[in-house]
Amino acid sequence: MNAPELLSLADDELILGWRNSEWTGIAPFLEEDVAFSSIAQTEIGHARAWYELAARELDTDADSLAFDREPDEYLCAPLVERRMADDWARTIARHLLYETADRIRIQVLLNSIDREVAGLAEKIDREETYHRMHAEMWAERLRDEPAFRKAVDELWPYALGVLPQEQRRLLCEAVERDEVEAVERGEHTEELRPLWEEMTMVRRSVPGASW
Amino acid sequence: MGAARGARARGVIWEVFRQEREGQPFQHGGSLEAPNLVFAEAYAREFYGRRGESFALWIVPRESVEEIREPYVADVFDRDYRRVDGYSLKVKLKEARERAGTSEPR
Repeated sequence: MNAPELLSLADDELILGWRNSEWTGIAPFLEEDVAFSSIAQTEIGHARAWYELAARELDTDADSLAFDREPDEYLCAPLVERRMADDWARTIARHLLYETADRIRIQVLLNSIDREVAGLAEKIDREETYHRMHAEMWAERLRDEPAFRKAVDELWPYALGVLPQEQRRLLCEAVERDEVEAVERGEHTEELRPLWEEMTMVRRSVPGASW
Repeated sequence: MGAARGARARGVIWEVFRQEREGQPFQHGGSLEAPNLVFAEAYAREFYGRRGESFALWIVPRESVEEIREPYVADVFDRDYRRVDGYSLKVKLKEARERAGTSEPR
Protein backbone atom coordinates (compact mmCIF):
# COMPACT_ATOMS: atom_id res chain seq x y z
CA MET A 1 0.00 0.00 0.00
CA ASN A 2 1.48 3.36 -0.93
CA ALA A 3 1.91 6.30 1.42
CA PRO A 4 -0.94 8.45 0.03
CA GLU A 5 -3.38 5.58 0.49
CA LEU A 6 -2.22 5.06 4.07
CA LEU A 7 -2.40 8.79 4.74
CA SER A 8 -5.94 8.99 3.37
CA LEU A 9 -7.02 6.34 5.87
CA ALA A 10 -5.08 7.90 8.73
CA ASP A 11 -6.26 11.44 8.00
CA ASP A 12 -9.89 10.31 7.80
CA GLU A 13 -9.62 8.63 11.19
CA LEU A 14 -7.70 11.48 12.82
CA ILE A 15 -9.98 14.25 11.63
CA LEU A 16 -13.16 12.32 12.33
CA GLY A 17 -11.85 11.33 15.76
CA TRP A 18 -11.14 14.97 16.37
CA ARG A 19 -14.59 16.08 15.24
CA ASN A 20 -16.28 13.41 17.34
CA SER A 21 -14.22 14.44 20.36
CA GLU A 22 -15.85 17.88 20.13
CA TRP A 23 -18.86 16.20 21.76
CA THR A 24 -16.93 15.36 24.90
CA GLY A 25 -18.70 17.08 27.76
CA ILE A 26 -21.70 18.20 25.71
CA ALA A 27 -23.21 14.98 24.34
CA PRO A 28 -26.99 14.56 24.79
CA PHE A 29 -26.53 12.64 28.05
CA LEU A 30 -23.78 11.39 30.28
CA GLU A 31 -23.60 7.76 29.15
CA GLU A 32 -23.44 8.85 25.54
CA ASP A 33 -20.76 11.36 26.38
CA VAL A 34 -18.51 8.58 27.63
CA ALA A 35 -19.35 6.21 24.78
CA PHE A 36 -18.86 8.75 22.00
CA SER A 37 -15.65 10.08 23.52
CA SER A 38 -14.35 6.53 23.60
CA ILE A 39 -15.20 6.10 19.93
CA ALA A 40 -13.37 9.33 19.16
CA GLN A 41 -10.33 8.01 20.96
CA THR A 42 -10.28 4.70 19.14
CA GLU A 43 -10.54 6.55 15.82
CA ILE A 44 -7.47 8.53 16.75
CA GLY A 45 -5.77 5.31 17.83
CA HIS A 46 -6.49 3.83 14.40
CA ALA A 47 -5.09 6.97 12.80
CA ARG A 48 -1.91 6.48 14.79
CA ALA A 49 -1.54 2.90 13.57
CA TRP A 50 -1.95 3.92 9.90
CA TYR A 51 0.40 6.88 10.35
CA GLU A 52 3.05 4.55 11.73
CA LEU A 53 2.93 2.44 8.59
CA ALA A 54 3.06 5.55 6.40
CA ALA A 55 5.86 7.03 8.49
CA ARG A 56 8.12 4.09 7.72
CA GLU A 57 7.65 4.59 3.99
CA LEU A 58 8.19 8.33 4.28
CA ASP A 59 11.03 8.08 6.81
CA THR A 60 9.36 10.23 9.46
CA ASP A 61 7.17 9.58 12.51
CA ALA A 62 3.45 9.41 13.26
CA ASP A 63 3.28 12.69 15.17
CA SER A 64 4.96 14.63 12.38
CA LEU A 65 2.49 13.25 9.88
CA ALA A 66 -0.47 13.99 12.15
CA PHE A 67 0.51 17.50 13.18
CA ASP A 68 3.33 18.99 11.12
CA ARG A 69 1.72 19.13 7.71
CA GLU A 70 -0.08 22.13 6.27
CA PRO A 71 -3.88 21.81 6.04
CA ASP A 72 -3.71 21.48 2.25
CA GLU A 73 -1.46 18.46 2.60
CA TYR A 74 -4.04 16.40 4.48
CA LEU A 75 -5.72 13.75 2.37
CA CYS A 76 -8.92 13.30 4.36
CA ALA A 77 -12.33 13.15 2.70
CA PRO A 78 -14.49 16.28 3.08
CA LEU A 79 -17.09 14.22 4.99
CA VAL A 80 -14.93 14.06 8.11
CA GLU A 81 -14.04 17.75 8.10
CA ARG A 82 -17.51 19.13 8.65
CA ARG A 83 -18.10 20.63 12.06
CA MET A 84 -21.26 19.23 13.63
CA ALA A 85 -20.79 19.76 17.34
CA ASP A 86 -24.11 21.56 17.61
CA ASP A 87 -26.21 19.01 15.77
CA TRP A 88 -26.50 15.49 17.09
CA ALA A 89 -28.75 14.20 14.30
CA ARG A 90 -26.23 15.32 11.71
CA THR A 91 -23.39 13.83 13.72
CA ILE A 92 -25.15 10.47 13.81
CA ALA A 93 -25.90 10.68 10.08
CA ARG A 94 -22.20 11.16 9.40
CA HIS A 95 -21.25 8.48 11.92
CA LEU A 96 -23.53 5.96 10.21
CA LEU A 97 -22.42 6.83 6.68
CA TYR A 98 -18.74 6.92 7.59
CA GLU A 99 -18.77 3.64 9.50
CA THR A 100 -20.65 1.93 6.68
CA ALA A 101 -18.14 3.22 4.12
CA ASP A 102 -15.20 2.45 6.37
CA ARG A 103 -16.35 -1.15 6.73
CA ILE A 104 -16.31 -1.61 2.96
CA ARG A 105 -12.80 -0.21 2.77
CA ILE A 106 -11.60 -2.34 5.69
CA GLN A 107 -13.10 -5.50 4.15
CA VAL A 108 -10.98 -4.89 1.08
CA LEU A 109 -7.88 -4.30 3.20
CA LEU A 110 -8.43 -7.58 5.06
CA ASN A 111 -7.45 -9.29 1.81
CA SER A 112 -4.45 -7.10 1.15
CA ILE A 113 -1.34 -8.94 0.01
CA ASP A 114 0.58 -6.67 2.37
CA ARG A 115 0.38 -8.79 5.50
CA GLU A 116 1.01 -5.88 7.81
CA VAL A 117 -1.87 -3.93 6.29
CA ALA A 118 -4.16 -6.97 6.43
CA GLY A 119 -3.22 -7.62 10.06
CA LEU A 120 -3.85 -4.04 11.07
CA ALA A 121 -7.15 -4.00 9.19
CA GLU A 122 -8.23 -7.07 11.11
CA LYS A 123 -7.38 -5.51 14.45
CA ILE A 124 -9.10 -2.25 13.55
CA ASP A 125 -12.16 -4.07 12.24
CA ARG A 126 -12.67 -5.67 15.65
CA GLU A 127 -12.97 -2.23 17.25
CA GLU A 128 -14.93 -0.76 14.38
CA THR A 129 -17.56 -3.41 15.06
CA TYR A 130 -18.47 -1.46 18.20
CA HIS A 131 -18.55 1.79 16.26
CA ARG A 132 -20.94 0.28 13.76
CA MET A 133 -23.22 -1.13 16.46
CA HIS A 134 -23.26 2.27 18.09
CA ALA A 135 -24.02 4.04 14.81
CA GLU A 136 -26.76 1.59 13.96
CA MET A 137 -28.53 1.78 17.31
CA TRP A 138 -28.62 5.57 17.04
CA ALA A 139 -29.73 5.52 13.42
CA GLU A 140 -32.55 3.20 14.39
CA ARG A 141 -33.59 5.59 17.14
CA LEU A 142 -33.45 8.70 14.96
CA ARG A 143 -34.80 7.01 11.83
CA ASP A 144 -38.03 8.97 11.73
CA GLU A 145 -36.58 12.30 12.81
CA PRO A 146 -36.76 14.77 9.88
CA ALA A 147 -33.44 16.34 10.95
CA PHE A 148 -31.70 12.98 10.70
CA ARG A 149 -33.17 12.11 7.30
CA LYS A 150 -32.28 15.53 5.97
CA ALA A 151 -28.73 15.13 7.21
CA VAL A 152 -28.33 11.73 5.53
CA ASP A 153 -29.52 13.29 2.25
CA GLU A 154 -27.13 16.20 2.67
CA LEU A 155 -24.12 14.03 3.50
CA TRP A 156 -24.67 11.24 0.98
CA PRO A 157 -22.45 12.79 -1.76
CA TYR A 158 -19.77 13.28 0.87
CA ALA A 159 -20.02 9.68 2.03
CA LEU A 160 -19.42 8.44 -1.52
CA GLY A 161 -16.25 10.53 -1.58
CA VAL A 162 -14.76 8.48 1.25
CA LEU A 163 -14.37 5.47 -1.04
CA PRO A 164 -12.53 4.95 -4.30
CA GLN A 165 -14.80 4.71 -7.32
CA GLU A 166 -14.73 0.91 -7.51
CA GLN A 167 -16.03 0.49 -3.93
CA ARG A 168 -18.91 2.95 -4.15
CA ARG A 169 -21.42 0.49 -5.56
CA LEU A 170 -21.11 -1.53 -2.34
CA LEU A 171 -21.92 1.58 -0.29
CA CYS A 172 -24.98 2.26 -2.44
CA GLU A 173 -26.16 -1.29 -1.78
CA ALA A 174 -25.44 -1.09 1.94
CA VAL A 175 -27.49 2.07 2.48
CA GLU A 176 -29.96 1.44 -0.38
CA ARG A 177 -29.30 4.69 -2.18
CA ASP A 178 -28.49 5.62 -5.76
CA GLU A 179 -25.04 6.75 -6.71
CA VAL A 180 -24.80 10.50 -7.19
CA GLU A 181 -21.90 12.80 -7.95
CA ALA A 182 -19.48 12.46 -5.05
CA VAL A 183 -17.75 15.20 -3.11
CA GLU A 184 -14.28 13.96 -3.88
CA ARG A 185 -11.24 13.65 -1.69
CA GLY A 186 -8.57 16.20 -2.52
CA GLU A 187 -10.54 19.40 -2.19
CA HIS A 188 -10.95 20.61 1.37
CA THR A 189 -13.90 22.38 2.95
CA GLU A 190 -13.45 25.72 4.70
CA GLU A 191 -13.97 23.92 7.97
CA LEU A 192 -10.65 22.08 7.92
CA ARG A 193 -8.39 25.05 8.59
CA PRO A 194 -9.97 26.17 11.90
CA LEU A 195 -9.83 22.54 13.06
CA TRP A 196 -6.19 22.29 12.03
CA GLU A 197 -5.35 25.56 13.82
CA GLU A 198 -6.73 24.20 17.05
CA MET A 199 -5.46 20.66 16.63
CA THR A 200 -1.87 21.72 16.01
CA MET A 201 -1.84 24.76 18.29
CA VAL A 202 0.10 23.25 21.17
CA ARG A 203 2.57 21.45 18.97
CA ARG A 204 3.26 24.61 16.96
CA SER A 205 3.72 26.62 20.16
CA VAL A 206 7.13 25.03 20.77
CA PRO A 207 8.46 23.88 17.39
CA GLY A 208 10.74 20.89 17.53
CA ALA A 209 10.06 20.20 21.20
CA SER A 210 10.29 16.70 22.52
CA TRP A 211 6.95 16.11 24.25
CA MET B 1 -30.74 19.94 18.64
CA GLY B 2 -34.30 18.98 17.80
CA ALA B 3 -33.49 15.35 17.16
CA ALA B 4 -31.17 15.10 20.09
CA ARG B 5 -33.91 16.18 22.44
CA GLY B 6 -35.84 13.07 21.39
CA ALA B 7 -32.92 11.06 22.65
CA ARG B 8 -33.30 12.64 26.05
CA ALA B 9 -36.62 10.93 26.50
CA ARG B 10 -35.02 8.15 28.48
CA GLY B 11 -35.23 7.36 32.13
CA VAL B 12 -34.65 3.64 32.53
CA ILE B 13 -31.95 2.84 35.03
CA TRP B 14 -30.10 -0.40 34.39
CA GLU B 15 -28.06 -2.22 36.99
CA VAL B 16 -24.96 -3.90 35.64
CA PHE B 17 -23.38 -6.97 37.18
CA ARG B 18 -19.96 -8.17 36.11
CA GLN B 19 -18.38 -11.54 36.11
CA GLU B 20 -14.69 -11.01 36.16
CA ARG B 21 -13.72 -14.53 35.12
CA GLU B 22 -15.67 -17.49 33.90
CA GLY B 23 -17.28 -19.38 36.77
CA GLN B 24 -16.97 -16.57 39.26
CA PRO B 25 -20.04 -15.01 40.87
CA PHE B 26 -21.51 -11.89 39.30
CA GLN B 27 -20.97 -8.77 41.34
CA HIS B 28 -22.63 -5.42 41.07
CA GLY B 29 -20.58 -3.12 38.88
CA GLY B 30 -22.72 -0.01 38.82
CA SER B 31 -25.70 1.47 37.09
CA LEU B 32 -26.37 3.44 33.95
CA GLU B 33 -29.23 5.23 32.27
CA ALA B 34 -30.31 4.28 28.78
CA PRO B 35 -33.47 4.58 26.69
CA ASN B 36 -33.70 0.87 25.84
CA LEU B 37 -31.92 -2.46 26.12
CA VAL B 38 -29.87 -1.97 22.96
CA PHE B 39 -28.43 1.26 24.31
CA ALA B 40 -27.99 -0.27 27.76
CA GLU B 41 -25.98 -3.13 26.25
CA ALA B 42 -23.79 -0.75 24.29
CA TYR B 43 -23.08 1.43 27.30
CA ALA B 44 -22.55 -1.54 29.63
CA ARG B 45 -20.04 -2.98 27.18
CA GLU B 46 -18.37 0.40 26.97
CA PHE B 47 -18.16 0.98 30.71
CA TYR B 48 -17.54 -2.55 31.98
CA GLY B 49 -16.30 -4.65 29.10
CA ARG B 50 -14.12 -2.91 26.57
CA ARG B 51 -10.89 -3.30 28.50
CA GLY B 52 -11.16 -7.02 29.02
CA GLU B 53 -12.18 -6.52 32.64
CA SER B 54 -15.27 -8.72 32.42
CA PHE B 55 -16.03 -12.20 31.14
CA ALA B 56 -19.79 -11.61 31.16
CA LEU B 57 -22.29 -8.95 32.13
CA TRP B 58 -25.85 -9.02 33.42
CA ILE B 59 -27.93 -5.99 32.58
CA VAL B 60 -31.10 -5.66 34.61
CA PRO B 61 -33.68 -2.87 34.67
CA ARG B 62 -33.60 -1.50 38.19
CA GLU B 63 -37.35 -1.90 38.50
CA SER B 64 -36.92 -5.66 38.04
CA VAL B 65 -34.75 -5.82 41.12
CA GLU B 66 -36.75 -6.68 44.21
CA GLU B 67 -35.48 -4.85 47.21
CA ILE B 68 -36.12 -5.74 50.82
CA ARG B 69 -34.75 -3.62 53.57
CA GLU B 70 -34.85 -2.99 57.28
CA PRO B 71 -36.54 -4.17 59.37
CA TYR B 72 -37.06 -7.29 57.25
CA VAL B 73 -33.38 -8.00 56.74
CA ALA B 74 -32.09 -7.25 60.24
CA ASP B 75 -31.06 -9.76 62.88
CA VAL B 76 -33.96 -10.25 65.18
CA PHE B 77 -31.75 -11.77 67.84
CA ASP B 78 -28.15 -11.11 68.47
CA ARG B 79 -26.75 -13.98 66.43
CA ASP B 80 -23.67 -12.48 64.96
CA TYR B 81 -22.23 -15.94 64.31
CA ARG B 82 -24.65 -15.99 61.39
CA ARG B 83 -23.08 -12.96 59.80
CA VAL B 84 -21.10 -13.42 56.61
CA ASP B 85 -18.64 -10.55 56.96
CA GLY B 86 -15.77 -12.99 56.88
CA TYR B 87 -16.42 -13.97 53.27
CA SER B 88 -14.81 -10.89 51.76
CA LEU B 89 -11.43 -12.58 51.86
CA LYS B 90 -9.67 -10.14 49.58
CA VAL B 91 -10.14 -7.22 51.97
CA LYS B 92 -9.26 -9.33 54.99
CA LEU B 93 -6.11 -10.58 53.35
CA LYS B 94 -5.11 -7.06 52.44
CA GLU B 95 -5.56 -5.94 56.01
CA ALA B 96 -3.65 -8.95 57.33
CA ARG B 97 -0.78 -8.25 54.97
CA GLU B 98 -0.67 -4.64 56.01
CA ARG B 99 -0.51 -5.73 59.64
CA ALA B 100 2.28 -8.16 58.81
CA GLY B 101 4.07 -5.48 56.84
CA THR B 102 4.22 -7.48 53.59
CA SER B 103 2.31 -5.58 50.94
CA GLU B 104 1.82 -8.13 48.15
CA PRO B 105 2.21 -11.89 47.86
CA ARG B 106 5.28 -12.96 45.93
